[in-house]
Amino acid sequence: MSTMDTTRPAQDIAPAQPRWKTLLIRPETMTFILLVVGVFAGSLLSPFFLDINYILKSFTLYSELAIVALVLTMVIIAGEIDLSLAANMALSACIFAWAQASGVPVPAAVLIGLGSGLAMGALNAFFVIGLQLPSIIVTIGTLTLYRGLAQVLAGDKSIRVPDWFIGVDKVMLGGIPLPVVLFVVLAIVLGVVLGGTIFGRNIYQIGTNEVAARHAGIRSARIKAGLFVLAGVVAAVAGIMTASRLGSVRYDLALGGELQMVLMAMLGGTYIFGGRGTILGTFLAAWLLVIVSTGMIVANVLPAVQLVVLGSLLIVAIIATNLIYSRTQR
Amino acid sequence: MTTLRTIFLRREAGIAVMIVLFCLAVGAFKPQFLTLDQLRIILLLTPLIMIGAMGQMLVIVARHVDLSIGSILGLSAMVSGMLYRWDATWFGFDVPWWIGIPISVAVGTLLGLANGALITVFRLPAIIVTLGTLSLYRGLTFIISSAKQIDRQWIPSELKGLSQTSPIFGIPWIIFIAFGVAILVWYFAMHTRVGRQIYALGSNPVAAPLRGIKVTQVTLLVFAISGALSGLAGILYASRWGFVNPSNTGSGFEFQVIAAVVIGGASINGGVGTVLGTVLGVLLLGCVSAALPLLGIPGTSQAAIYGAVILIALVIDRSVRQQGIASLKRVRA
Repeated sequence: MSTMDTTRPAQDIAPAQPRWKTLLIRPETMTFILLVVGVFAGSLLSPFFLDINYILKSFTLYSELAIVALVLTMVIIAGEIDLSLAANMALSACIFAWAQASGVPVPAAVLIGLGSGLAMGALNAFFVIGLQLPSIIVTIGTLTLYRGLAQVLAGDKSIRVPDWFIGVDKVMLGGIPLPVVLFVVLAIVLGVVLGGTIFGRNIYQIGTNEVAARHAGIRSARIKAGLFVLAGVVAAVAGIMTASRLGSVRYDLALGGELQMVLMAMLGGTYIFGGRGTILGTFLAAWLLVIVSTGMIVANVLPAVQLVVLGSLLIVAIIATNLIYSRTQR
Repeated sequence: MTTLRTIFLRREAGIAVMIVLFCLAVGAFKPQFLTLDQLRIILLLTPLIMIGAMGQMLVIVARHVDLSIGSILGLSAMVSGMLYRWDATWFGFDVPWWIGIPISVAVGTLLGLANGALITVFRLPAIIVTLGTLSLYRGLTFIISSAKQIDRQWIPSELKGLSQTSPIFGIPWIIFIAFGVAILVWYFAMHTRVGRQIYALGSNPVAAPLRGIKVTQVTLLVFAISGALSGLAGILYASRWGFVNPSNTGSGFEFQVIAAVVIGGASINGGVGTVLGTVLGVLLLGCVSAALPLLGIPGTSQAAIYGAVILIALVIDRSVRQQGIASLKRVRA
């Protein structure tokens, strides 16, 4: 590689940017600045915003989606997308609740729920990698299918879970709700895997240029299939956590959650065409989204207006990310 | 060329055969499925999906996808519904009953243009933009209506009459409108320059600008048409069901329409898709929907069936494409 650099004509090499400048144009920096602005604006709205416990409590409401968004970030970096994850949450939660309601002991029911999430992820992987179909349309199809199967299983009723199983969001680990701890731990693990291991760098290479990656000996099919399956399992975990938080399961659990997951990834600077993005970005964006959503609730903004804000945010975030990346390279 | 043509022919023939086999199979269990009454039920289930599918087919041919059509349907129906509801208060007179049709189509066109503008100006993928506007337009519907439903008494009875009957054999106007739209789109797609350019753009987006195709304008037009037809579907929803609800009207419409379009043989890889195939796809879905209650399958399973249909159609599309590639290779060899 270094020999190639030296043989290049001098005028082709851009002068090295100062370090502060490269940091400043990173999308994560933008997310972080927005986060600070959000906390500041929120604290003007209500003193609760400077209360860390209040923020943590609000975050538990979004933690399930945020956990799935972390894995979705890796899927998008690998150049694919999975819109079926929110429906996967609903179906695995329904299967779990239905299993334990029909007499299966709860731990076994949890395993059944996780297994179904794994199967759903594997089905996505089969269509996208096995049959070489575009993930956009495949996951629109499986989104409809999983949500529809949840509706078949649960009907219009809600299935209750046992009382002792309710309240994962009330379990505190060192004063921090368990879902938030899980989110932080998963973010650190995935962040290290993605940023610091060969496996993680391979994901970036697949997303940047899959053909080149394959020629470089990267088992792109295996890695992408693994990511879809991982996303399916994590979505099942999130679905069962949601069941525990809500105390009952309906087929419309996490309805529309795919918007918020994609929004978290996009706000965090993940490049929609693959190859770029970080777990740190999605981590920050999840907090930003919680601050924005909670701020709107505190400010008594109608739920309908929140829909408008989330939709607009998604479009603005993707425009901004694309502009930043087109400025830096390509 | 002839090999390709035979593939397409076989494709549409295949859907037609599937419709016949399905109807015969259901009819064998429930003879009342094969009656004229049932045909009427099937035809009444399909017009909205058919109109939406014509727009979505063009979008998919251009290698994009429009997820926001359900929200466009809801918002444009709501604008017209509110006009009917508040016309006396706002203007001091009652608006004519037909005014909702141009109004809804205009609103839909604007919303579709907004999608297209975001996609072309900022070079964004349609899937993410329309996922955003799906939520944006739905939110706007709640805001302008203050989350209140437009009830039955406010929808003009002439408008509702469009879905009930017509002077021609008593077949409701709404069915004629749907087939009229299909014929117009067929003419536009097959016999106008811009229509053919949509196919050229979808088959090879890189080559299209080199052939002098104005990619931006064509893309904008495709999304505007998709929006306009969703707007038309919106006012016909008000006609068919007699109410407009901010949360229900049009929600899930996009999945039914995408299911119909992909089962009709439009390729998600762009450049392939016919009006006839799409019409047959819509009819097949209509037959399935109509058969469910007769077979005692609860209506809740409909969404699952649509999802399964999308996936099956994708697999069929893939095998057809591979056969096409194989036969092309054979010709060259």
